[in-house]
Amino acid sequence: MRVCKLTALLLLVLCLCGGFIPKAHAQSLDDALAGFTTDDYSDTDKAITDLAASGNPRAADIIGALQEGRLYFNGDAKKVYIKDKSGALQEAATGAGATGISADDLQPVRLNNRLRRTVDAAIGGLTLLSKDPGKRFDAAQSVFKSREESALPTLEAAIAQESDPRIKRALNEARAAILASKADVAENVRVGAIDTIRGRGDQDALGLLSGIAASSEGPVRNAAQAGMSAIRAKIALWNNLQNVWYGLSLGSVLLLAAIGLAITFGVMGIINMAHGEMVMIGAYTTFVVQEYIRSHNPALFGMSLFIAIPLAFVVTGMIGIAIERSIIRFLYGRPLETLLATFGLSLILQQAVRTIFGANNREVGAPAFMSGTFDFGGLAITYGRMWIIVFAIIVFIALQLVLRLTPFGLRMRAVTQNRRMASAMGIDTNRIDALAFGLGSGIAGMAGVALSQIDNVSPNLGQSYIIDSFMVVVFGGVGNLWGTLVAAMTLGVANKFLEPFAGAVLGKIVLLIFIILFIQKRPRGLFALKGRAVEA
Amino acid sequence: MSPLLARVDGRARIAIIVLIAVAILVPVLALATPPRSAFHMPPYLVALFGKYLCFALLAGALDLVWGYCGILSLGHGAFFALGGYAMGMYLMRQIGTRGVYADPILPDFMVFLNYKALPYTWWGFNHFPYALLMVVLVPGLLAFAFGWLAFRSRVTGVYLSIITQAMTYALLLAFFRNDMGFGGNNGLTDFKDILGFNVQSDATRASLFAITAIILAATLLIAQLIVTSKFGKVLIAIRDAESRTRFIGYRVENYKLAVFTLSAVLAGIAGALYVPQVGIINPSEFAPTNSIEAVIWVAIGGRGTLVGAALGAVLVNWGKTYFTGALPEYWLFALGLLFILVTLFLPQGIVGVISRRRTIPGKDVEEGKVDSADVPAPAR
Repeated sequence: MRVCKLTALLLLVLCLCGGFIPKAHAQSLDDALAGFTTDDYSDTDKAITDLAASGNPRAADIIGALQEGRLYFNGDAKKVYIKDKSGALQEAATGAGATGISADDLQPVRLNNRLRRTVDAAIGGLTLLSKDPGKRFDAAQSVFKSREESALPTLEAAIAQESDPRIKRALNEARAAILASKADVAENVRVGAIDTIRGRGDQDALGLLSGIAASSEGPVRNAAQAGMSAIRAKIALWNNLQNVWYGLSLGSVLLLAAIGLAITFGVMGIINMAHGEMVMIGAYTTFVVQEYIRSHNPALFGMSLFIAIPLAFVVTGMIGIAIERSIIRFLYGRPLETLLATFGLSLILQQAVRTIFGANNREVGAPAFMSGTFDFGGLAITYGRMWIIVFAIIVFIALQLVLRLTPFGLRMRAVTQNRRMASAMGIDTNRIDALAFGLGSGIAGMAGVALSQIDNVSPNLGQSYIIDSFMVVVFGGVGNLWGTLVAAMTLGVANKFLEPFAGAVLGKIVLLIFIILFIQKRPRGLFALKGRAVEA
Repeated sequence: MSPLLARVDGRARIAIIVLIAVAILVPVLALATPPRSAFHMPPYLVALFGKYLCFALLAGALDLVWGYCGILSLGHGAFFALGGYAMGMYLMRQIGTRGVYADPILPDFMVFLNYKALPYTWWGFNHFPYALLMVVLVPGLLAFAFGWLAFRSRVTGVYLSIITQAMTYALLLAFFRNDMGFGGNNGLTDFKDILGFNVQSDATRASLFAITAIILAATLLIAQLIVTSKFGKVLIAIRDAESRTRFIGYRVENYKLAVFTLSAVLAGIAGALYVPQVGIINPSEFAPTNSIEAVIWVAIGGRGTLVGAALGAVLVNWGKTYFTGALPEYWLFALGLLFILVTLFLPQGIVGVISRRRTIPGKDVEEGKVDSADVPAPAR
């Protein structure tokens, strides 16, 4: 008996759950449609709202027809019809072709401006129930912005059946936006809604809350103001993080451009003014590789950067060794002359590239993995920038490993610390000089591959980086790669934080002046080599 | 006078005499000869040679610090440009109502940028003496402040070169900004009058040329007297062995500061003479490459010779004019090669080579020793 009772109860519940809802739909559809047949604006208004809230799949068609003036009714039969684009009549409730009725017996459902707004809101609300998740999300966002009260029933229906947490949150926020801005809702509900909006924490939420704070009193106003300050703090935090990110991105570019210079300057004590041109040649290597791939094997285009990086290293490294052997080795001990000679060299290289490739910018494409963006919290991160940071870090680590773990690195460090003693120990310092210069130039070439992705590839590419690279090396201190890393990142981040206050150009000027003053305080940079080696 | 004149060596005497001669000859050839005559000098040539002489003055100023005190400034273009801007501002104020917008006070670009009143930086520039004061004072003060900081902190060698480069680069960026109130990237141009004379007229051009030549001659004379004085001997000592000079008891930083400031003032005067002759001054004069180019004039002519620096400036710029006209593609190749070949094979420059051939005693500075005191990296 008990089992029977239980079963009956269960059945009843099932009936209530499963049977009741469709029935309610059908009923509410007919009820709602009836509102269109009285030719009364307020009935029509109610009918639209009811229809939109019904969740019935026909609702979108019917309201769409109403919006376009294709909805007709027959007052006697209490029936509503849609005239489709070809002029044929359908029964509104079913969408089936209507028979036995002529257009003469029908009147259009009339609209006024107030109703048109209701219609618009209802259509906006109906996409809340769309099958496409993207549309649902967009609809929720647009309701959040419009805060159309009439969308509330649809919104609640949508929340009840939503399964995607992201969309559900957006829907809840939209609902909260409506509730919070309605003056006739209970205070605690409004405060709760404000909390939800606060959780959203973006510029739109801030605007909404400031509107609410201006038009309300008491706890609601307090909650809105608290929410505003919380959102402001959150936005400020994300803005700062975004600045840090941009700064790191700029810093990694500076690091790539300067690290090769740090090696040549650190080991040989010479300033290589043609360093920027090595970067430029690296960028042109990328261009040549991509051109070759385009004409010979377009399928490899995605790999072009991976081919260009080692190639650029080899090409510029070779050029570097050639420069060292042919010019620089005659000028050791005369750093200022080296500076002049390498400057002359940079002019020649620039003009050579201009003669070969033309003075205009060359188009270097970005492979698929370098393009596009993704959101990380409140940050918008471009893949290109991210990979450049990763690349800079890899280059830095690889260089550290070469210097720490290989015999060449050991000899190079020995020469840096004490050239004469290293020479006495049997290290071929001439060879080390040439290789170190080649290494520095090769790294500049790899930097050029990375820079070709974010900058114009023109013969002047190197010039725009050379002064910044000097600043980084001088600021970081000679002979210390960590100094270069810290200096590059510091200058990059500082630059991006100064930009909003001072503008890009003034920010840069401020940094240049800062470095000039910093050099007064610490003439050998942030991390100076201690000991006799640095004394003149 | 005679003991003073005895300190001016043969080279400098020849240069000064030549300069005075051209200061007289060129205006005569340009103005007093009929245009058809074979001796007639067309006005554009006068302006061109005037420009060369301004560069020669800049090179002389640079040689004073680099050749005699071992301070390689890569920012002398900035002092040159500042002097030029001071003169340009005077010339802008002289335009008056003849500008496009015919504003009696504001220059055209200010009207265009909706300035309501003249910025205070422009006050007084309608008076020529005030403008001249600024030509001297602005580069001088900047060099003084910069040098006071740098030399007291003993920033030397390549580091000093790099921060002077940073200075001119910062100024370049600053002057490109429209809100600095110096005409943004268009700079100052469209000049009409200088002291009531038409800037464009042949007579004014010839006079400006003559003035430039005489100022250059006077500068060479004074500089020659300076470097042969006791002060100049200390400068050379600093160049060759800074630490030793300091240990002997000289306040090295004061000497460096004095010569650096003087040199900046001379560069500013060169800029002020340059602007009315070329008719424009814009931020690209601050470009670091301009300063480096000035260094190569000195290197080619011969550093530490004064006359050589001036000669180098004239020769390189004459070559530049020729190349950019005849073979524009190859000018940078030629200039770049000059840089390399001169530093590799002609460390004493043209005048140095000539002097050595004539074996003037006491003049051969050891090449290797010159900068050894400034090497930041491991000694070899």
